Amino acid sequence: MSEVLLEVKNLKKYFQIGKKQTLKAVDGVSFQIRKGETLGLVGESGCGKSTLGRTIMRLYHPTAGQVLYNGKRISGHLSKEENRECCRKMQMIFQDPYMSLDPRMKVVDIVAEGLDSQNAAMSREERESRVVKLLEMVGLQREHAGRFPHEFSGGQRQRIGIARALAIRPEFVVADEPISALDVSIQAQVVNLLRKLQDELGLTYLFIAHDISMVKYISNRIGVMYLGSLVELTSSQAMFDRALHPYTQALLSAIPLPDPKTERKRSRIVLEGTVPSPVNIPEGCKFCSRCRYAEDVCRRITPGFHQVEEGHWVACHRYAER
Amino acid sequence: MQNMEVTKDLFGPAEADAEEREKISRPTRSGFQDGWIRLKQNKGSVVALAILLVLVALAFAGPAVARYDYYTTDYGAIFQAPGPAHWFGTDKFGRDEWSRVWYGTRISLLIAVVAAGLDLLVGVTYGSVSALLGGRVDAVMQRIVEVLIGIPNLIIVILLMMVMPAGIGTLIIAMSISGWVNMARLVRAEILKLKNQEFVLAARLLGTSNREIIMKHLIPNTVGVIVINTMFTIPSAIFTEAFLSFIGIGLQEPKASLGVLINSGFQVINSHAYLLFVPAVVIVLIMVCFSILGDGLRDAFDPQMRI
Amino acid sequence: MSLLEVRDLHISLQTYDNVVQAVRGVSFSLEPKDTLAIVGESGSGKSITVKGIMKLLPKTGRIDAGRVIFDGRDVTEYSERQMRRLNGSEISMIFQDPMTSLNPTMTVGKQIMEVLREHEKMSAQDRKARAVELLRLVGIAYPEKRFGQYPHQFSGGMRQRVVIAIALACNPKVLVADEPTTALDVTIQAQILDLLKSLQRKINTSIILITHNLGVVANIANKVAVMYGGQIVESGTVDEIFYEAQHPYTLGLLASIPRVDDDSGSLKTIPGTPPDLIDPPVGCPFAPRCDRAMKICRLLRPEHTRISGTHCSACWLQHPYARQAAGKEET
Repeated sequence: MSEVLLEVKNLKKYFQIGKKQTLKAVDGVSFQIRKGETLGLVGESGCGKSTLGRTIMRLYHPTAGQVLYNGKRISGHLSKEENRECCRKMQMIFQDPYMSLDPRMKVVDIVAEGLDSQNAAMSREERESRVVKLLEMVGLQREHAGRFPHEFSGGQRQRIGIARALAIRPEFVVADEPISALDVSIQAQVVNLLRKLQDELGLTYLFIAHDISMVKYISNRIGVMYLGSLVELTSSQAMFDRALHPYTQALLSAIPLPDPKTERKRSRIVLEGTVPSPVNIPEGCKFCSRCRYAEDVCRRITPGFHQVEEGHWVACHRYAER
Repeated sequence: MQNMEVTKDLFGPAEADAEEREKISRPTRSGFQDGWIRLKQNKGSVVALAILLVLVALAFAGPAVARYDYYTTDYGAIFQAPGPAHWFGTDKFGRDEWSRVWYGTRISLLIAVVAAGLDLLVGVTYGSVSALLGGRVDAVMQRIVEVLIGIPNLIIVILLMMVMPAGIGTLIIAMSISGWVNMARLVRAEILKLKNQEFVLAARLLGTSNREIIMKHLIPNTVGVIVINTMFTIPSAIFTEAFLSFIGIGLQEPKASLGVLINSGFQVINSHAYLLFVPAVVIVLIMVCFSILGDGLRDAFDPQMRI
Repeated sequence: MSLLEVRDLHISLQTYDNVVQAVRGVSFSLEPKDTLAIVGESGSGKSITVKGIMKLLPKTGRIDAGRVIFDGRDVTEYSERQMRRLNGSEISMIFQDPMTSLNPTMTVGKQIMEVLREHEKMSAQDRKARAVELLRLVGIAYPEKRFGQYPHQFSGGMRQRVVIAIALACNPKVLVADEPTTALDVTIQAQILDLLKSLQRKINTSIILITHNLGVVANIANKVAVMYGGQIVESGTVDEIFYEAQHPYTLGLLASIPRVDDDSGSLKTIPGTPPDLIDPPVGCPFAPRCDRAMKICRLLRPEHTRISGTHCSACWLQHPYARQAAGKEET
């Protein structure tokens, strides 16, 4: 197995709302991403997956914990030089194809933004030829360079965002729900593009999404988040074959399959109620208010995140009994 | 087209056309070009813009084409009704009203534009600094703004006018001293909104320096708000100037501004109403046209409207 | 007789300097107890089609041609006012975002009673009883207590239930649901889909469901119409569309969804971008992206060809000449 590229150690990000209340958006998350792999991160809205991605990308200061890149700490305060290094190696693709491109800039300037800020001394011709190459890499054409973002469709905009992120040849890319706002046929386009680019450029991805079926397709391993914590983490195959956490099971069972005959026969685990607010979460397992198997111990003690099989981590007291 | 004959050879495979697949039908236009096209479709705005242009042209060319200047008195020709010699008549000192009206318009516009420019400069700087630094600095700067808003505008202006010598410069300073507050708040709100926009985050992650982010992303995206707000500041500055001159603490004769002219016209309203009528019409036209144009600009450049 | 019949509907939207031909000749019919899913990507005209039927088009929208016949009545020329009387009592609609369709300053109970007062003659007491009953019907626990609460006290999924309760207040014959689960999480989506299915069994409403999620379609619909570029390109029963699809777009769409239960590991995509309906393609709207496109596809718009009693596809590949050409190649 290849070496570890990114390691997240007990990362916490709390937001203070008002004087007394604390929103625990990310609450003690640990995982590793190996070079060249894709780690998928799924969870429902408000589970903290986007905050986690942004904290790793240093857009937020972590409340506690560390992020290590190639064994070096990159969270917290860094020197200017280290900062530049981070920028060059880690990039991000954003969710909203409409808000992630500056409406006042032409595509050529959007894509070249990273080039401009990383090496200012680039000739005009080189800059343009690099941009055209990047656009072609994501399936767009030379003549698109002079247009403004609002003239493009959602999928095309997302590809422009990908070209922008890849312009400075990063090693690690956080894709924060890059396909949620796109149509089905376009989702597949973008995901296939990301896979192709991964093969060609040797990229490592953290792929955040709420659509678990798309995540399965692109990821080697998948982590499931619930209320700021990882509840299960394993290879994507194992996740679908033998999910251990009751939340993961419910999540998998809730996806409607595009297959009417199966859908007619299928019985699904329907979760009662809704996700509790991430403000002032009580002690114990965070999922116990909606869990079919909850027992006394689940309400009292927060379960640890343990490796129960090779590469299969789960945070549940009762995974073995069922 | 639909009547075309369906023949067998049409059922051969067609060439795939990569360009057609990523085709964009719309013409390339920047947001500003887009807005301009929309503005042109708004008839009210176009008419308002045309009237304003005519008024500005007259303000500069009007006195020049007249045979009289605005300050020479002629006691042999006082209170003449509008006619071929004096197009808008003469006032109580026999001064040519046509020259005085356009000269006054020029002064009023000058005061308003310079005051609005000062508002813009101070307001944009203050607002963007406050929004960008954030934290404690922002909190302190906002408290200062709140205090300034709390003191009635007119009181500050009147007090200042009383301690300072009368003149155009004083008027401008008096109006700008609290006028920038609105602009500062608007710009601050806009930048705070933009700061967390995904394209600004992306720029930060790409290593773009703060200065570049401000120049390349934040300012271009706030220009719309700034221009539109200025469009509303100018008429209110014209109004304030007219009001101050009307109550007698603004400009003094023989200088002319729309306020001064309305004041002297008002004194003879019963006998020579034309002396009030002409400057009043001009000021109303300026204020209404600026407001309509401002509304039109807001509609045209509002990003929500873009389809 | 069909409950709702739409014939050759054309709708255009005026932008400030262009005309978008959003719907270009859509026809379908809805029988009692049907659940018809209209599937398509954004900009395919699916939402505008039902908005046109419901007279809820934006100010810039216009019905250029076509007829809408509801329950034997031609409602195409109905005024907004006449349509509003029909809306809510015989045909009602739920939207994607439950928050925008609820009034934040009114208790949910009042909002349900409001609809009842407009459309049915009932005493205040009966109305209240009916409102509580409706809340119970849509699976809201403690309906008496929830009756007096405001929308912000409900979670997203619960709000959508309230919206459904309002829509069903007068036992409509047709319920139009425009992306009812798109804004919700998967686990909540599953709850709402189950609810819609059980309600349909209980009160015999026909449903028109607009969605882009084929999983949702497979779960709930019995008939499907696939829209692309402002036209219906294929329609049929749910099994016909999922297992015997003929149109290259439908096939491409089905191939581009990853299957959790399938491990082939490859995902097909449809290259390119949907057409901008400011300037729609002359022939088949899908031709520029279709890998089986023929010369004729670029020149002429294909007619709907019947494949079975219920299955139609608008594609030149269904033409006898195309079959001959394909046959020749094989031999």
